[in-house]
Amino acid sequence: MKERYLPLAATVTVFVALFVTGGIFYKHFFSTLVLGHILADNAFIIIAAIGTTFVILSGGIDLSIGSMIGFVGVTMAHLDSLGWHPLASAVVLLAFGVLFGACQGFIIDFCGIQAFIVTLAGLFMLRGACFMVSLDSVPIRHPFVGVFADVSIPLPDGGFLASSAIVMLVVLVIAIVIAHFTRFGTNVYAIGGDRTSAILMGVPIRRTTVMIYALGGFYSALGGVIYALYTSSGYPLAGTGNELNAIAAVVLGGTLLTGGVGMVAGTLFGGMILGLIATLIIFNGSLNGAWIMIASGVLLFLFIVVQRSLVGSFNIRRSA
Amino acid sequence: MGETGVTDSSTLRIEMRGVSKTFPGVRALEKVDLQLKAGEVHALLGENGAGKSTLIKIMTGALPRDEGEIRLDGHPVEINTTADAQALGISTVYQEVNLVPTLTVTKNLTLERQPRRFGLISWGRARALAKQRLKRLNLEIDTERLLGSYPVAIQQLVAIARALEDDTRVLVLDEPTASLDANETELLFKIMRDLKSLGIAIVFITHFIDQVYQVADRISVLRNGRMVGTAPAAELPRLELISMMIGRELAAVEARLATSKSEAGGEPVLAAVGLGRRRTMTPFDIALRAGEVVGLAGLLGSGRTETAKLLFGAIRPDSGQLKVDGKAVKRFSPGHSLRYGILFCPEDRKAEGLVGELTVRENIMLGLQAKRGWMRRVWKDEQKRLTQEMIEALAIATPDAEKPVGQLSGGNQQKVVLARSLVAKPKVLLLDEPTRGIDVGAHAEVVALIRRLCAEGLALLVASSELDELVAVSDRVAVLRDRRKVEEMSGADITRENIIHTIAGG
Repeated sequence: MKERYLPLAATVTVFVALFVTGGIFYKHFFSTLVLGHILADNAFIIIAAIGTTFVILSGGIDLSIGSMIGFVGVTMAHLDSLGWHPLASAVVLLAFGVLFGACQGFIIDFCGIQAFIVTLAGLFMLRGACFMVSLDSVPIRHPFVGVFADVSIPLPDGGFLASSAIVMLVVLVIAIVIAHFTRFGTNVYAIGGDRTSAILMGVPIRRTTVMIYALGGFYSALGGVIYALYTSSGYPLAGTGNELNAIAAVVLGGTLLTGGVGMVAGTLFGGMILGLIATLIIFNGSLNGAWIMIASGVLLFLFIVVQRSLVGSFNIRRSA
Repeated sequence: MGETGVTDSSTLRIEMRGVSKTFPGVRALEKVDLQLKAGEVHALLGENGAGKSTLIKIMTGALPRDEGEIRLDGHPVEINTTADAQALGISTVYQEVNLVPTLTVTKNLTLERQPRRFGLISWGRARALAKQRLKRLNLEIDTERLLGSYPVAIQQLVAIARALEDDTRVLVLDEPTASLDANETELLFKIMRDLKSLGIAIVFITHFIDQVYQVADRISVLRNGRMVGTAPAAELPRLELISMMIGRELAAVEARLATSKSEAGGEPVLAAVGLGRRRTMTPFDIALRAGEVVGLAGLLGSGRTETAKLLFGAIRPDSGQLKVDGKAVKRFSPGHSLRYGILFCPEDRKAEGLVGELTVRENIMLGLQAKRGWMRRVWKDEQKRLTQEMIEALAIATPDAEKPVGQLSGGNQQKVVLARSLVAKPKVLLLDEPTRGIDVGAHAEVVALIRRLCAEGLALLVASSELDELVAVSDRVAVLRDRRKVEEMSGADITRENIIHTIAGG
């Protein structure tokens, strides 16, 4: 096997191992029903994490994701109360996400400010904007929400793929194509792998940076749309801290935080591992919710240690 | 030696005429001419700071020139950006492999040029393209592996494969062999000979003299921003080449100072016994006595700076012993050395020595403050007095002590570096290239200053690529070759010729 598939293989192995372990300990765990639920419940986080994968692959970071999810959700709910069709407001909000991300990318490159600070400012601004829209939870009453909830694809053995999971899988495939079959995608890997070399090799840094964060903005806005439809409401505090879940999903998925190494497909499994841990602990019943965070934390830590040694062993970075 | 070889303009691939370039405080290039013929390997030599990289950067559009013209195949061309140079068929491979190690070989070779179908990359065709590019270098490797998984030599070849276009006319290789072993170097040379037969003019920059004679057809030597001369490799003996690189100026200074050499005796202030570090410097012995100047001679990369840094503790030795006033040093660090009264003036004053934005006074005080510790601050009046003393003692040309150091000339900046060291009243001063990049006048002053310091009882180590400077100031000279101390000479034995012979290994 090619060495660059190792992190992805490790992620898939951990996912399968956790799933099988659950199946051994708990009745009915090892089923398409549980799998379908994990996919549906975590679809919005995985969607946002897919966008974050590009950002992290380029060596950047995006902290504005959680606030974007909250802002998109609460605005959709508000527009719903004004009589907008959810699809219409979704289109407008997705465009907003792209624009917001593009602005962040432009500021990062043009002013030469660290992505951490620029997107931290984005986090505050969007969260503040949430409270400007509404201070309370707002329900979405449009009949489309019901239609959205009813669409599903049956899986063998009684499970089903919910509409949110379907959307997630579709945008995942699109992201894989972008990452591996466009010049933009290769440029993202090049910038993350060695920025100085990428410049010398003629990669258009500014255009690519703007596009990376615009793509990140699009995916996190889409995550917000799916979250709002899935919960049929908007809440100004929704998505708080989700940027960190998304980053965790990306890292668990085998992408290096230093950039240049990783795969979009890994993020799907990274996100599902997080969902699986939560489900396992809920199945156990005797453990309280705190253990979800603790187990995720331990696993994340182990993963980074393993990645570090993997990277060291095949020495893909010149200066380790 | 004169301009040899044909200069019939029809055979010239690229010609640079009267190219000059000035950086703030330094004249980097002074009316330099360089002629490259089609189908030759042309070695460009010179010590650090001679202007090689500036000249190459001007040729490849990375730096604008102040004056002069460039002709390609007989026609004047304007090269203002790297893209201009590439469009004209001038390609560069830098010393550092400028590719992305975390991408596959194919992706590195085709980045931003991937063949596409319906907007999506066709990796099949991209692979074929990559293989075809490598084939020109007779390189058969798995193009789907990550570039970083290959040895540096292969990475270097891939970089050349990427730089080579179908219409490449000039290929610049900047220190391509710096990190290659003998076999890898041989492979690279074979490829260079192949490319030469295609009519490409190759500029080969290196500091390995042996390699120059293995592969180069002609040699040009730069020194202090001037073209010393160009000659066919076969007609230029090694000794002559080295003396062209090291220079024979400053004879006047030598004459003036030759009489003032001191006779030092007594116990060494600083003594190294078998001090060394694996892969950095072979263990060596050296002793510095009060009132004595020890010179360190050797070509670039011979271990001059490393020796000074080992003595200072900036590089941690893994063998041997260092004694200060007869007592063995137990812990090696710049901090400890400073407490013992050992000071080091680095070669690159911008990166390691001075803070350009701070004033003359603030820079000089940094040295004192570092020694006293930050808790005991120096009062402003005291600072002014000490700074004024130093400005007068070293004749630093500055309107006042509050001028930012970055605005002074190169020579005066170097004096501020010295002042900063001296204000702490050291016992031992290690100077690395004290006259780097300063003009001849300031040069003489710094040399005179070194002699005076020594007469006042300081022990001095001077590492320099300027042989005449070493001959002028040194009581003893340690000669380094390939990171090994090969000889130590003293008294009447210290002559330019002796040192050159030792460096050349003759």
